[in-house]
Amino acid sequence: MKPVARPVYLNLFRIHLPLAGWVSILHRVSGALLFLAFPFGVWALSVSLSSEAGFQRMADWLMHPLARLVLLFLVWAFAHHFFAGLRHLALDVHWGLGLRQARHSSIVVLLASGLTTLLAAWKLFA
Amino acid sequence: MRATTGAHTGTGTWLVQRATAMMLALALPVLAAYFLAALPLDFAGWQALFAPPWLRVLMLLTAAALALHAWVGVRDICMDYVHPTGLRLALYLVAIAMLAGSVAWLAVILFDAALGRTA
Repeated sequence: MKPVARPVYLNLFRIHLPLAGWVSILHRVSGALLFLAFPFGVWALSVSLSSEAGFQRMADWLMHPLARLVLLFLVWAFAHHFFAGLRHLALDVHWGLGLRQARHSSIVVLLASGLTTLLAAWKLFA
Repeated sequence: MRATTGAHTGTGTWLVQRATAMMLALALPVLAAYFLAALPLDFAGWQALFAPPWLRVLMLLTAAALALHAWVGVRDICMDYVHPTGLRLALYLVAIAMLAGSVAWLAVILFDAALGRTA
């Protein structure tokens, strides 16, 4: 076998992440997103409860397609973080540690968050 | 940094993350169902949703659990990607201020006397 030239530069675009890896990194990304969204959620609640005008402002804002798209994105982030988190809790107590089960549970997580997002998209845009 | 934090902080935060995860996994679907079942509504209806004391207490407890949970996650992300100690500590402070500020603000909103009167 030909020796590999050193140093090796890893091409991030050619690294093929396994399914569990995708679930894991998306769990982190969605968690960071939810962290950033939390203060905005409290702000929106504050405005909507402050007065009739504030409530109307938030309601109007929620009619905007862009706002709904942001909301949909947050629904995905929450759903993915929720289901991937349940999977992590199961792994903590040694459920589904085998390679096959871990792959299957990754598929289930991606399907569950995908379906939740689709349902939200249907409710928001249809 | 090791000397100032002492032993067991790793397992401690790990446990906090798992315990709050379970609280959130139980509470957030309940809250989501409560609010989604009431939609659509007007301002009076929206305010009335926040009238039950159990809801306010549950929301505040959930937000506190969320803040603790998010703190462990943000701390992990910072430890993984931000290596200069000064910058990392600064980010910690920003995160703590954001989370603690949000929870305190939510407490003010939920237990505002005006909301209690009108609802």
